[in-house]
Amino acid sequence: MNKLFEEVKDIIKKYAFDKTLVDKAEENSKIIADLRINSARIVDIVLDIEEKYDIEIDDKSLERIISIKDAMNIISEKLK
Amino acid sequence: MKRVVITGIGVVAPNGCGKKEFTNALISGKSGIKHLPELAELEFGCQIGGIPDTSNNIFNKFIELYGLETASSMIKYAVLAGLEAWEDSGLQIPQQGSNEVDYNTGAIIGSGIGTIDIYGERIIPITNQKNIKKLRSTIVEHSMLSGGAATLSAIIGLGNQLSFNSSACSTGTEAIIHAFERIKNGKAVRMLAGASEPYSPWHWSPFDSMRVTTRKHNDEPEKGSRAMSESASGFVPAAGAGIVLLEELESALKRNAHIYAEIKGGYINSGGQRNGGSMTAPSSDGVIKCIQGALKESEINETDIDYISGHLSSTMADPLEISNWSKALNRKGKDFPKINSTKSLIGHTIGAAGAIESIAAIIQMQNSFLHPSINCDDLHPQILEIIDETCIPKQTIENISLNCIAKASFGFGDVNTCLIFNKFKS
Repeated sequence: MNKLFEEVKDIIKKYAFDKTLVDKAEENSKIIADLRINSARIVDIVLDIEEKYDIEIDDKSLERIISIKDAMNIISEKLK
Repeated sequence: MKRVVITGIGVVAPNGCGKKEFTNALISGKSGIKHLPELAELEFGCQIGGIPDTSNNIFNKFIELYGLETASSMIKYAVLAGLEAWEDSGLQIPQQGSNEVDYNTGAIIGSGIGTIDIYGERIIPITNQKNIKKLRSTIVEHSMLSGGAATLSAIIGLGNQLSFNSSACSTGTEAIIHAFERIKNGKAVRMLAGASEPYSPWHWSPFDSMRVTTRKHNDEPEKGSRAMSESASGFVPAAGAGIVLLEELESALKRNAHIYAEIKGGYINSGGQRNGGSMTAPSSDGVIKCIQGALKESEINETDIDYISGHLSSTMADPLEISNWSKALNRKGKDFPKINSTKSLIGHTIGAAGAIESIAAIIQMQNSFLHPSINCDDLHPQILEIIDETCIPKQTIENISLNCIAKASFGFGDVNTCLIFNKFKS
């Protein structure tokens, strides 16, 4: 789980202006509100996740991604 | 009415990137035109062009920082030139995360064609492959026409007008006039203004199909751009950007900024595509009205002009342009001002031409020299009937006092702009 957390953080970090916020992030950190990621970039984060794990995230699941934990849960679900 | 001066310049040109490199290229008469294998591969009639080399630009770190690698080169060039103009005028690029907005400063950054590179490389093929998601979220900001102004604002925090203009080959000169008028009327204190033209084969192929670019110099690219030459056979396409920082005089004096020049006035019109004017040819009547309108607005006499930075694009229209200047200024023979063509060195940067050439003119005035107009050893006889050969510098002229410059641009649609710059005197 920890490995997945680091991997998701790395993906998010690409889109962060303040990289230190992502370095200090916890699983419950909200991607937009806490890590100050531009909301438009969620689309890119999801695309990167799809490419990295070879999964497909539908629009409904996309809307559920608020925190890092949400993203990790969706990845784990899809990989089952 | 406020007085308006230029306190910063930034340039990305085919023969030099950045003020210093571009100045040296002008002094030495260095051409930026090369043979481009990509165009040969695509079977272009004209396989030469001018593309800036931005690899060593000191502002490249902002391209990375703001994720602009996938933006149109129109936007990248605008960012590099705009940031240079900003810093050149002694202003600081704010720290990232700064919340300050400069409501007194805006940007008008135009283009002739715009962001066609991104449409061709990504938007069209990816959409046609039904892969819309793969366009990613930055696709709009990396291809929108106002992307130059908007991205500069993202970096600097500009809170005044952010906009894009387009009037073919007049675009850059027109942007400077729009910004000048805004400051003159007290609507802004500072404006970044200019234009940027991307490199893309899809940008140049339509001109190639019209046969307005030269097909005769594929094996000698540096000889292709031949403004005022009898053997001129079409322009040489080019890419790049020029951006100046215009500032209200009081503000510039208050912060002790270096003043390059004062903008005395400018004029924009069209010949209406009548009386010899058409979509692609200028009406002399319109051009003469434009030049005389600029003089009138600037409250200067025809005899005040020391130097003309011509539009002179290496086409059949060059002799007509000289004739129009001569009539508008009522000056001929040895009494005609000095005139050169910056396009002879860098080719025709389409929308960016007026902006880059205005910067070349300002640099020449500032450093008291005139760059050579190259490739015109065989001056067009119709030109020599109007003005003396000594009016056209074939070699660099140094130690020449330039106090008043006219810069004009003429574009498709029979559109004209003319700007008057003066050496600043308090």
